[in-house]
Amino acid sequence: MALGSPAATTSAGRFEPALMRRKLVGTLFYGACLAAIGILLLTLILLLVQVLTRGLPWLDVQFLTGVPSRRPVDTGILPALVGSLEIALIVGLLSFPVGVAAAIYLTEYARDSRVNRLLQTNISNLAGVPSIIYGILGLAVFVRLLGFGTTVISAALTLTLLILPVIIIASIEAFKAVPNAQREGAYALGATRWQMVRQSVFPAAAPGVMTGIILAMARAIGEAAPLLLIGAAGFVTFLPNPVSGNYSVLPVIAYNWAKRPQDDFQGISGATIIVILLMMLVLNGLALIVRARLSRHIQW
Amino acid sequence: MSAQPMSLTRRRPMSEQVIERLLFLAAAVGVVTTAGIILVLAFQTLEFFAEVNPISFFTGTVWSASIAPYTFGVLPLVSGTLLVATTAMVIGVPLGLLSAILLAEYASPRVRTVVKPILETIAGIPTIVLGFFAINFLAPQILQPILGKQNIGIFSALSGGIVVGVLVTPLIASISEDAMRAVPRGLREGAYAMGATKFEVVRKIVFPAAISGIMASIILAMSRAIGETMAVVLAVGTQPQLTFDPTESIQTMTAFIVQISAGDTPQGSIQFKSLFAVAATLFSMTFALNLISGWVVRKFRTAY
Repeated sequence: MALGSPAATTSAGRFEPALMRRKLVGTLFYGACLAAIGILLLTLILLLVQVLTRGLPWLDVQFLTGVPSRRPVDTGILPALVGSLEIALIVGLLSFPVGVAAAIYLTEYARDSRVNRLLQTNISNLAGVPSIIYGILGLAVFVRLLGFGTTVISAALTLTLLILPVIIIASIEAFKAVPNAQREGAYALGATRWQMVRQSVFPAAAPGVMTGIILAMARAIGEAAPLLLIGAAGFVTFLPNPVSGNYSVLPVIAYNWAKRPQDDFQGISGATIIVILLMMLVLNGLALIVRARLSRHIQW
Repeated sequence: MSAQPMSLTRRRPMSEQVIERLLFLAAAVGVVTTAGIILVLAFQTLEFFAEVNPISFFTGTVWSASIAPYTFGVLPLVSGTLLVATTAMVIGVPLGLLSAILLAEYASPRVRTVVKPILETIAGIPTIVLGFFAINFLAPQILQPILGKQNIGIFSALSGGIVVGVLVTPLIASISEDAMRAVPRGLREGAYAMGATKFEVVRKIVFPAAISGIMASIILAMSRAIGETMAVVLAVGTQPQLTFDPTESIQTMTAFIVQISAGDTPQGSIQFKSLFAVAATLFSMTFALNLISGWVVRKFRTAY
């Protein structure tokens, strides 16, 4: 077909040469993209300013070391702070071995069989189950069926189930990122599969795995919904014993106070939220440090 | 590496097989969890249905669990939930997709280092903080001045929907960005060679090519919005009512579950049992959406 045939001229309807106008539309669209990010950033700033202006005046040593009181002025969050830390620690200790083992199985051992594909899809589906549903599971199984009661241990087990899918997915990513040469090298030296995993693949994947676990612990610290079902109370005036007795956690007391309309209660709720955010900030920083330290010797 | 003598003829040692079994058990914890959730919800819901007719539960338009006469029609809770989720989509879909396009198509490495942390921070914030934000700032200082105090209270589906919309934005952005990045460069370059502008490439090439991932991200976000609890429970109030007016105070399924579990409701009571039926409804809705999202990816995916 020759150039400048009728086909080419009629297609001018589709191919508009009004370049100025088309470029203007493009610029406007780019502006809209920037505006979207601007809105998100603004929301984030307003949110932090709101939490800080409400909460900072209440945040002092007495607030951190005291126990809850009917009066906002005398109140403190120590029992909830300790409860949150105990839970985060147990969740970390439990979910590390199980999560890593599951990820190792799925990346290094599992053949492409029906059962293994089911395991994989199941984990991504679990990651989409609302957290409050895990609370119902924990209530029925840990609190009632196994008789652990509304204790720190029930709460920690429930949150472990909640964050396991997240940890497994993050660990799978970390294991998949290890180049195959690493595995073949170990096999060439006569390693068995487990020796290969333990001494060659795991050290290489460790930065990603540890980051995933620390971030999941941060998530567990901020989680309130399932713990409301596991009996996390707002008014606990003693330090929780992990295996018996009542307990409380920071996001739950923040919620209980936020429900009250009085400004003072909004203030102590805001102060509690500041403490939660600080703990998450520390964990995120820790994740960065661990990642940097563990990946010092890795290069490919 | 340990200095173990290796023999080439030896079969896999026992310990290797034991280890594989143990690893398999860890991977199977997920299946046990799923089975546990389904069994618990099914049994407790059946117990509830022994006392309340399931048909009147699913079609009833009045929900009154704490004030006699007790009526358990789940539609007001479902409508409240969908009202919040829809509002969230109106906010979250444009914000999420525009951020995704910015990241995948426009952003220089420098812009990325600003935009990525914003999205990651929003994704990491405990959702209770967004609830706190809704009742302390969004409702009294933004919505009420704009819409008028007589038209909207501190508690409304609108305020809850907006914060949930912000909350699901990073989810939509990250999945959609991945989908857009997976579109091969050659397609874009072909369009540029035809004289398309950047925006035309995005709209006519990248967006259609990535549509399966984009749809999946929106469906997942919807599921997440339906199951969101702490941001919603503070923002929407405690009034279960069948309405499609977002300025009303409503109650979502998750908020009802919180209300019952955080209160003094005795465990054997009909109110407490209704919690499980509501949870089962919630679980079915989110589970269905998650399955649909996976199906959309498989069905409409174009492999390049």
